[in-house]
Amino acid sequence: MPDSLQLQWRHVGLIFRKELAAYFNSTVAYITLVVFLAITGWFFSSSFFIINESDLRILFGVAPIIFLFFIPAITMGLVAREKSGGTMELLVTLPLADWEIVVGKFLAAVTLIAVALGFTLFHFLTLLGVATNIDIGAIIAGYLGLLLVGGVYAAAGVFCSSLSSNQITAFILSFLIVFVFFMLDKMLMFMPGFMTAFIQYISIEYHLGNISRGVIDSRNLVYFGSMIGLFLLLAIRVLEMRKWR
Amino acid sequence: MIHVENLSKHFGEVNAIQEIDFTVNDGEILGFLGPNGAGKTTTLRIITTFLTPSGGRVTVDDLDVAEHSAEIRKRIGYLPELNPLYDEMLVYEQLRFVAESRNIVGRWFTEALHRVIDVCGIKEVIHRPVGELSKGYRQRVGLAMAIIHDPDILILDEPSAGLDPNQIVEIRELIKQLGREKTVIMSSHILQEVQEVADRMVILNNGQVVADGTTAELMAGFEGKASLNLDVKSASEASVTGLTRKFTDIKVRENSLHDGHGHLLLEYSTGHDLREQIFHYAVESGWIILEMSRTQAKLEDLFRKLTIENGGPHA
Repeated sequence: MPDSLQLQWRHVGLIFRKELAAYFNSTVAYITLVVFLAITGWFFSSSFFIINESDLRILFGVAPIIFLFFIPAITMGLVAREKSGGTMELLVTLPLADWEIVVGKFLAAVTLIAVALGFTLFHFLTLLGVATNIDIGAIIAGYLGLLLVGGVYAAAGVFCSSLSSNQITAFILSFLIVFVFFMLDKMLMFMPGFMTAFIQYISIEYHLGNISRGVIDSRNLVYFGSMIGLFLLLAIRVLEMRKWR
Repeated sequence: MIHVENLSKHFGEVNAIQEIDFTVNDGEILGFLGPNGAGKTTTLRIITTFLTPSGGRVTVDDLDVAEHSAEIRKRIGYLPELNPLYDEMLVYEQLRFVAESRNIVGRWFTEALHRVIDVCGIKEVIHRPVGELSKGYRQRVGLAMAIIHDPDILILDEPSAGLDPNQIVEIRELIKQLGREKTVIMSSHILQEVQEVADRMVILNNGQVVADGTTAELMAGFEGKASLNLDVKSASEASVTGLTRKFTDIKVRENSLHDGHGHLLLEYSTGHDLREQIFHYAVESGWIILEMSRTQAKLEDLFRKLTIENGGPHA
C-alpha cells in the first residue's frame, strides 16, 4: 500500500514542521544554539593556535560532552509539554499513529542539532584560512559521527520526555541515560574481563572513535541505527501505555 | 450509532466507571450528565480511543473502538474538557494542523476552513495567536477543530465550562445547530443546559448509569413531593389537625397561623392531585383562602435524589 505509506510520512512531516516551528518561534532554539556555539567556540579558539594542528579534533572531542546537556535540553519538552498542556489528548485522538508522532519529534530535534553543528562550520572556515594539509575526509567523518551521536542522544531524550509530564524530570532522566552511555568506555578498566567486549560494543565513544578516525564501518552504523531505533521504540511503547494506565 | 456495553474502567484500585450501558442513536443529541467525578470524562475518553476499557466494549457504527482505533478517530470530532490548543500557533495554523492530520489539504482545506469559520463565528480571530484569545473564542476554535472534517459524530466534554453567561448561550445555540445533522454526545454537570440542548439524557453517578431517557420519561417514573402554599383566614388549629387526619398523605410543613390567620405549607406526593379535596375541606371548615399555589417536583429534585440520596458524594 504505497498510498497509505505516503500518507504516514506526510503525518511525520506534519509533526516535524510543527516542532521545528515551535523551536524557532520560541527562544528555546536560539538560547541553546548560542550556548552551544559559545562553549564549542571557546574550546576551539583557546587551544587552536597553541597546538598547531590543522584539524578540528578539539571540536570533535568536546562536542559529545556538550551534547550531554545540550540535547536533553532541546528534547525535554517534546512530549512532556504536550502532556502537561493537555494537547496530548488532541494528538492521540487525531488519526495520527504513535510512531508518526515520535519520529516527527525526533527528526525535529535532530534537525536542530544539525543546525547547531552547521554553525560550527565557522571553525572549519577559520581552519581553511590559516592551515594547510587539511584532511577533509576526517572532518566529514567527524561531523557524521557527531550527528549520529546526537541522534542517539535525541532518541533517548524523546524517550525520557515521554516518561514524564515534567520537563525537568525529563531533562535529568535523559542526562543520566546519555551520561551512562558516554561513560561506559571510560569505565572499561573497572569491568570484569568477560564483559569488556560487550561493554565496549554498547559504548558510544567506541563507535564514535572509529568513525572519527575516518573508518566508516557498517558495524558502527548498525550500532547507531539500532540505538536510535531502540529508544524510539521504547518511546512509542510508553505512549501506548497511557491507554492502559 | 454508539453502543456502550458493560463498560468498566479502573485506575489502579479506583473504579472510575462500572459496567455502564447506554446507546446513542444516529442524529440524536445525548446529554451526558453527572456531578464532577462521576466518570463522564473517562467514558468519553474511551469512546474517543484515548483510553482503553478495563472491561466491556464500545462500538461506533458497529466498529469496536479497541480494534478499529484509527478508523474511529477519523469518524469522530472530539472537544476534550481541557481544550487542547497550541498557544504559540495562529488560529489558522491550529486549524490547518488538525486538517492536515486528517489529510484535508489544498482546496479541501480552503473549503473546510470557510465552513468552520462561518459555523463557529471565528472570522475576526483567524489570524490571531491562540494564546491571546478569550475563553469564549478558544472554545469556538476547539469546536472548529472538532468539526473541520465534517464528522458524523461529535463528542463534546463540558463545552460550556468556564464561559460567561452570554458565551454559554452562544455555544449552546451552536451545539443545537450542529446537532441537527450530527450525532452529538455532550457532557455537562449543569442540568438546565442538558435539558435545553439535548434530546435525551444519561445521568451518571459514581461511575454508574442512574437514569437514561427524555425529561418526560424520567419525570414519569419519579415519585416526588408537591407542596402547596396556602394563605388563609379564620382557620382554627383543630381544623388543620382535622385535615391531616382526613388525608393521611398530607403533611403540614409550616404553620404560622395566628388567630386563625396566616400561612400554611402542605406537602403530599405528586402521584395524585389533592388540591380539589383540600379546597372542599377548607370551605367545609369555613376557611377563607387568600392564596393557594402549588410547587411541582422538578427535574432538579430528581437529579439531586439520584446523585446525592443514592449514595452520592457522601458514600
